[in-house]
Amino acid sequence: MAMISQLFVLSQRGDNIVFRDYRGEVQKGSAEIFFRKVKFWKDDGDGDAPPAFVGIFNVDGVNYFHVRVSGLLFVATTRVNVSPSLVLELLQRIARVIKDYLGVLNEDSLRKNFVLVYELLDEVIDFGYVQTTSTEVLKSYVFNEPILVDVAHVPSLGPAAIFMQGNKRMPGTAITKSVIANEPGGRRREEIFVDVIEKISVTFSASGYILTFEIDGTIQMKSYLTGNPEIRLALNDDLNIGRRGRSIYDYSSSYGSGAVILDDCNFHESVHLDSFDIDRTLTLVPSDGEFSVMSYRMTQEFKPPFRINALLEAAGSLKAEVILKIRADFSPSVTANSILVQMPVPIYTTRVSFELEPGTVGNTTDFKESSKRLEWGLKKIVGGSEHTLRAKLTFAQEPHGNIAKEAGPVSMTFTIPMFNASGLKVKYLQIAKKSNTYNPYRWVRYVTQANSYVARL
Amino acid sequence: MAPPAQSQRSPSPSQPSGKSEVSDLKLQLRQLAGSRAPGVDDSKRELFKKVISYMTVGIDVSSLFGEMVMCSATSDIVLKKMCYLYVGNYAKVNPDLALLTINFLQRDCNDEDPMIRGLALRSLCSLRVANFVEYLVGPLGSGLKDSNSYVRMVAVIGVLKLYHISASTCVDADFPSILKHLMLNDSDTQVVANCLSALQEIWSAEASTSEEASREREALISKPVIYYLLNRIREFSEWAQCLVLELVTKYVPSDSSEIFDIMNLLEDRLQHANGAVVLATIKVFLHLTLSMTDVHQQVYERIKAPLLTLVSSGSPEQSYAVLSHLHLLVMRAPYIFSSDYKHFYCQYNEPSYVKRLKLEMLTAVANESNTYEIVTELCEYAANVDIPIARESIRAVGKIALQQYDVNAIVDRLLQFLEMEKDYVTAEALVLVKDLLRKYPQWSHDCIAVVGNISSKNVQEPKAKAALIWMLGEYSQDMQDAPYILESLVENWDEEHSAEVRLHLLTAVMKCFFKRPPETQNALGTALAAGIADFHQDVHDRALFYYRILQYNVSVAERVVNPPKQAVSVFADTQSSEIKDRIFDEFNSLSVVYQKPSYMFTDKEHRGPFEFSDELGNLSIGGEAADNVVSAQRVEENDKDLLLTTSEKEETRGSSNNGSAYTAPYDGSSTSVFALQTHIESAISNPTAADHSPQASLAIDDLLGLGLPAAPAPPSPQLKLNTTAALDPSTFQHKWRQLPVALSQEYSVSPQGVAALTAPQALLRHMQSHSIHCIASGGQSPNFKFFFFAQKAEEASNYLVECIISTSSAKAQIKIKADDQSTSQAFSTLFQSALSKFGIP
Repeated sequence: MAMISQLFVLSQRGDNIVFRDYRGEVQKGSAEIFFRKVKFWKDDGDGDAPPAFVGIFNVDGVNYFHVRVSGLLFVATTRVNVSPSLVLELLQRIARVIKDYLGVLNEDSLRKNFVLVYELLDEVIDFGYVQTTSTEVLKSYVFNEPILVDVAHVPSLGPAAIFMQGNKRMPGTAITKSVIANEPGGRRREEIFVDVIEKISVTFSASGYILTFEIDGTIQMKSYLTGNPEIRLALNDDLNIGRRGRSIYDYSSSYGSGAVILDDCNFHESVHLDSFDIDRTLTLVPSDGEFSVMSYRMTQEFKPPFRINALLEAAGSLKAEVILKIRADFSPSVTANSILVQMPVPIYTTRVSFELEPGTVGNTTDFKESSKRLEWGLKKIVGGSEHTLRAKLTFAQEPHGNIAKEAGPVSMTFTIPMFNASGLKVKYLQIAKKSNTYNPYRWVRYVTQANSYVARL
Repeated sequence: MAPPAQSQRSPSPSQPSGKSEVSDLKLQLRQLAGSRAPGVDDSKRELFKKVISYMTVGIDVSSLFGEMVMCSATSDIVLKKMCYLYVGNYAKVNPDLALLTINFLQRDCNDEDPMIRGLALRSLCSLRVANFVEYLVGPLGSGLKDSNSYVRMVAVIGVLKLYHISASTCVDADFPSILKHLMLNDSDTQVVANCLSALQEIWSAEASTSEEASREREALISKPVIYYLLNRIREFSEWAQCLVLELVTKYVPSDSSEIFDIMNLLEDRLQHANGAVVLATIKVFLHLTLSMTDVHQQVYERIKAPLLTLVSSGSPEQSYAVLSHLHLLVMRAPYIFSSDYKHFYCQYNEPSYVKRLKLEMLTAVANESNTYEIVTELCEYAANVDIPIARESIRAVGKIALQQYDVNAIVDRLLQFLEMEKDYVTAEALVLVKDLLRKYPQWSHDCIAVVGNISSKNVQEPKAKAALIWMLGEYSQDMQDAPYILESLVENWDEEHSAEVRLHLLTAVMKCFFKRPPETQNALGTALAAGIADFHQDVHDRALFYYRILQYNVSVAERVVNPPKQAVSVFADTQSSEIKDRIFDEFNSLSVVYQKPSYMFTDKEHRGPFEFSDELGNLSIGGEAADNVVSAQRVEENDKDLLLTTSEKEETRGSSNNGSAYTAPYDGSSTSVFALQTHIESAISNPTAADHSPQASLAIDDLLGLGLPAAPAPPSPQLKLNTTAALDPSTFQHKWRQLPVALSQEYSVSPQGVAALTAPQALLRHMQSHSIHCIASGGQSPNFKFFFFAQKAEEASNYLVECIISTSSAKAQIKIKADDQSTSQAFSTLFQSALSKFGIP
């Protein structure tokens, strides 16, 4: 029984942008109760604090679910003991559907199109029961035309947004196109985007040994093809799934053999796996809008894109020196961007002076006094290069014991376009042809991001 | 409906105050209403949008009702939709206006465009005005028969809406049976799904007053319906799949081949991208295999990977919801996850609520082979900048130490914590060392050496300080400075703000005194004087007590204050296993995230459709008792409530049955269960019928191996029970309160018994055939609670039994009270023998 009582979308300031009451069982003030709770709740780490801020909490018998998307809060309430995954998934999906329609999801676009949004919400849920979340199906029920907002300065929804960062090869409006609005020329551009997005987590021990590693990947698809042609997506021939009978971290034999071994994966509803076991081909009829074709997880050892070397040494009684070295272990044809390296330093650190290598450009260094951490930002790192930062710390008191225990770990965030660590590849993307002249644009893109990339001291 | 009136918020200066704009709009709408000029619909759209945006910000635009309705006499669907939205918002507060709308909506219900028919019907049913229900019946009736599935979809939910406005109108129009027909015959799966949702709600609500509805509700989980739905599962939308899967968890297959058929059919659902589908499937698998230990374990192995994938994909909120479920499974069967410990390592950027769950999982899965690595990892977190997590990590190390056999290395680590000289690390470590010493007194030598070096001035937290003081008292013979440290603490009595610490100090000084009297005498005198003068009642009382007992006899005092202690073998768990089972039973629900069973946070009327006689189940596990033993008083209260609730129920139902009818509040609904039971029996006697896969036959073998119950003891010949015993509830209640517990035992229930115990009724009938009668029963799988009674055949001597059966642990806890205590053992044997035959042909 999944009975949603109310559904509302709040701005960051807590204003109701849309509010739908499906069952009239929850009091009207719920949005305010919700917002007060969200705003004043802190993860104070008391241990006994209930998981109130994990997207779900209960006040006076009413369960509040929420997800944050593009700075907006999508909230559902219910009095029933529902499946939390179902409601959270639903909220994400509703955000996705609205985004499919409006092109851009933000407060402005939502306010301009609230009638359309109500129309959608009425079709998605009836009397608390989910009817459909398929953008495709909804198209035949929803009649308002979206009012498109200026996309120049708005960050877009979804992981695909990362392609927008100064990548001139991509048509700027592609990701922010509505699935139904016509383009100024009257004709829609036939195109399809397939994005392989990987998030990697690595922990290096103090001696540089890799303690844990994991890749969480997804193949994201967004189709603007008319007539829903069938698509075949071929992946690596040597792709293996599951490690039956082997421990997850028993990887040694597979490393270097070239085979890609996924621990596990899951697929979108529309994907047919009839020939997957034979030729690693996914067949699907992509529906309108953005969705993830496949998600996968891999703990097979891979070559981490960056090596981090961190050293913290006492230099006199009230001083210490930090040396951070970053080496980019990937091809020189690939460039990582938006790199940020952070390192907590001992809390009694009062002053830090930085020393970069001579001739470096595009680097920023900072000492965050309040959180006692160093920040080193690099705009770009070209594959194969190595970068070093030296920092001199001044302490307010004499440290006792091992100062390395008082600092670290070093963490790193980055984005590497056109690179993936898992080795999973889309070999080809075949679109069932309607005619000889039918040749839609196909974009297959790769990107790797750091999830938790940590080196211990 | 629709946007809320935000009346509590004063309109900002930039917003129109309302009045003049509204009358302006009224005028414009009126002009357009009759117009047939080209492009007029576009102008109308603009005006309608304005009206709705006013409505959203809370301006009262109800005065435009007439104009809005007039303008909607158009074929423009966008206009119509906006009008429906508007009407839905104002009809309820303004029934006069609503009457105006009825006509117009009814007309649209016959429109040739199915979209308009559907939308009009939805709006009509959403008016929620009780006076108009008779206008709904006609359109709903034709809507259910509409050729277009969209209209049928809307009509089905419309029936449910009608039920909530006027249940009798809905039932009188025979809508539930039409829905039932549609559910089993409609070609559109969303119509089917909506029928299922609506019928679950309607029949659950009706079941309390109607036997028939209760039968119908049970029929939803009958084999034909379940198979019909399962065979079409892939045609359903992902959300409807969740609905069907949830229903399947309630279904009781007749034999294990059926179980494997269902599991094979649903196997690929575990690869679904929607986490809700995966979790619903997992719940089915877990519940189906509860009584098949080996297969159940295979299920755990199978679901590991999909769960881990879901945890690491999706938004942080979704990921946490899944992680909570993984946490539940890990805590239930840690050994299955012991090789996956690295997945539970914390990432530096995770929020602390995620880390906390992971720390608990790491603690649980620690075993001989991975402890070293886990503890090494935990020690990294102990130096973490996130102090609460650092503390939890140290506690985790301590817990692992307490559950391990080889604590050598761990003790060293803990002692290293003490040397780290971070006050919170020291504080946590002290508390742990104290617990460790209580369990492993043999470590005292090593620990004391390190603890002795800690200056009490560096320890500020009351818990840690109390731990340190406890150790000073307990091991004062081994710690050179103990009397002097205690003395200096006593001297600073006034500065010690925590009563807990002062209490510990009193006791520690006493213990020290017994071991080293000359050195401590002074401190003891000061401490007792300070204690007696203390403003805190407990401290005062304890000091006075010590003082007097010392005056009375010093050796008695020693025996009281410092008796020889046994090592603590197991520390009390904070959550009872019954509560944990209950949460497991509610897998894939909020109970798992909140770590509480649903009755603790949900009103009765909002519980699921198949939760019956819930009060009973609740009572038996009321409150978060520190252990399994519920205090006697609570039992008393529970029992009182229990009997009251059933008798109240009896009254409200107006049933004319005699006393024994208390036993079966859902009597009649269990016929199907009974039919299934015989299936199980035949399947078990004929295992070859079920080898669809190697897995299946394996499991059957196992089932047989396990299945043979220990040969039941023959009933003692001298005890014969009255087959037609009668006892009225108030007598039962009275006796239950007065009689002492004669026997308290735990039995195992055979797997067949567990399988047959789908609802309390099955057991009731079985026990009745052994002349043991039920007076009250309740609970829900996996926890059932029964009160039975029996009488001796030849005299009016009663036996009263409380029996709590957990199907997940296959255990029955029995408490027997008897008028004639000397025969309670004989009765117990009889009872056990009857119980052990349950579910066996």
